[in-house]
Amino acid sequence: MSYSDTELLAVVAARQLAGVTSVFAGVGVPLVAAVLAQKTRAPQLVIVVEGGSMGPRMVPGRLPYSTNEMRTAPRAQMLPGITDTFLFAQRGFLDVGFVGGAQIDPYGNLNSSVIGGYERPKVRLPGSGGANDIISLCRRVMVVTMHERRRFVPKVDFVTSPGFLSGGDSRRDAGLVFGTVSRIVTHLGTLAFDPESRRLQLESLHPGVTVQQVRDNTGFELPAPEHVPVTEPPSAEELETLRSIDPERNFLG
Amino acid sequence: MRSADFVEARRRLEAKPQSTGDKLTTLTEAVRKVRDGDHIAIGGCLFSRSPLAALMEVLRQGRRGLTLSRNLMCYEGELFMASKAVDGLMTSWFDIALPWGLSLKLREEVEGGRIRFEEWSHLGLGLRYRAGAMGVPFLPTLTMLGSDLMGVTDTKTMQCPFTGETLCLVPALFPEVALLHVHRADRFGNCQIDGYPHMDTDIAKAAATVIVTAEEIVDEEEIRRQPDRTVIPGLVVDAVVEMPYGSFPHECYGLYEADFAHFEAYTDAVKARGTGAVNDYLERYVHGVSGHEQYLALFGEEALARQRRCAEELLGPR
Repeated sequence: MSYSDTELLAVVAARQLAGVTSVFAGVGVPLVAAVLAQKTRAPQLVIVVEGGSMGPRMVPGRLPYSTNEMRTAPRAQMLPGITDTFLFAQRGFLDVGFVGGAQIDPYGNLNSSVIGGYERPKVRLPGSGGANDIISLCRRVMVVTMHERRRFVPKVDFVTSPGFLSGGDSRRDAGLVFGTVSRIVTHLGTLAFDPESRRLQLESLHPGVTVQQVRDNTGFELPAPEHVPVTEPPSAEELETLRSIDPERNFLG
Repeated sequence: MRSADFVEARRRLEAKPQSTGDKLTTLTEAVRKVRDGDHIAIGGCLFSRSPLAALMEVLRQGRRGLTLSRNLMCYEGELFMASKAVDGLMTSWFDIALPWGLSLKLREEVEGGRIRFEEWSHLGLGLRYRAGAMGVPFLPTLTMLGSDLMGVTDTKTMQCPFTGETLCLVPALFPEVALLHVHRADRFGNCQIDGYPHMDTDIAKAAATVIVTAEEIVDEEEIRRQPDRTVIPGLVVDAVVEMPYGSFPHECYGLYEADFAHFEAYTDAVKARGTGAVNDYLERYVHGVSGHEQYLALFGEEALARQRRCAEELLGPR
């Protein structure tokens, strides 16, 4: 079965949730991936959404556009207030965070605030929302994003959501005792961090993608192992389930 | 008022005449409590349980120099900017939602240096309201640390006096006014909310003046039958107004879903004609009508019924 880039991204992101107990997911592809995981490899997965929903079973074809609307609530186990939802993460209950961002740098820092300076920016973006909180407070965070050169930049214009800051122990030194950015999942492959320098390196490639192709779409130097593992292509079952979740392709494009 | 000034916030509250009496009034009268220069904290979240009817009345009454804060801010922020009613916005996110693209009005104003835009993390802002609700000057948190948000907001770090770990401190926010929309209230201002609580109870307790619109005003006995459902007591409320569809075309949990087609038409107009379309929207939906009934008539009965059906499909009958 053929598939689009976004479909591939959603499928590989969903696979990351096998064995995971809870995922704090943002709307868009991260949430679609979380719902797909719930319907395939992780039936007991508790999806947590920052508008204040824990454990919902969202309705296929009626996925939410935002984290706080009633589409996020069907069959939820609890609807806490927003602050209290985040405090479950601060206390350490929430396993994986799934976030995106307009820009990402070699240390996994994300920018969703401004292109250019904070005062009178070139482009004012929507802002953090809960991304900063999710990346600071969940046990581990995966960034789910399309892989484009304009996104993967040597230095983000603004650190909205901290990855490993300037690498090494700098994240811990800033007071971020818990949590970690574990992986970047893109439509070309997955990237992980060197355990010492905390810089990104290539971890795996999706079917048919070359190392050069990933490097061409990355605005900074990206080390790669000699033999790069290749992801299993999306199965017919994964794709059919995915398409049934978003039949109007509001999120799959 | 200076943020974190819990002493002044407490004095301001004690100086205010406190009433356990009837607070039921009209929208016009309730919104007259808003003054030029006030900080208004807006309840709900993004396009959910937004106090839109009250916000539009604030615009109709021509207030100026306001600051608006909200956890996630939707196009109501655009209407206030286009009206030149606000000097500052405080939020963690500003947009309708991803499918409708970046807010061109926000871009124009911020990129042009015409408005103060203070970005907090979602939890950071939530804890500011909570500190206000608790009557303390600040709360410690483990979020925002290490990020550039620390440099553009009034946060501080401290070494924890017990463990030595680095903490982020967010200052209490004590807004002059809270504007909230709830499902039901009695005439004394006891409020019940269905579904998402969002940040409304913290906002109500943090603010100096609390104005509530309710889908329905119910008999006080109905509140007393289910007091466990009451999330804001009448004691903290200053005015309550019956306002069916008070969030429309935003959603009200379980009652009506947001009218996404309306968002689409609005953003299409802004994309096609530029931010002048925001002013056209103001002319039609705010200044072109005398109040909420005429405003709802612009959408028509059929749209209201359709959005009620959408809510019922999702969450069952109420």
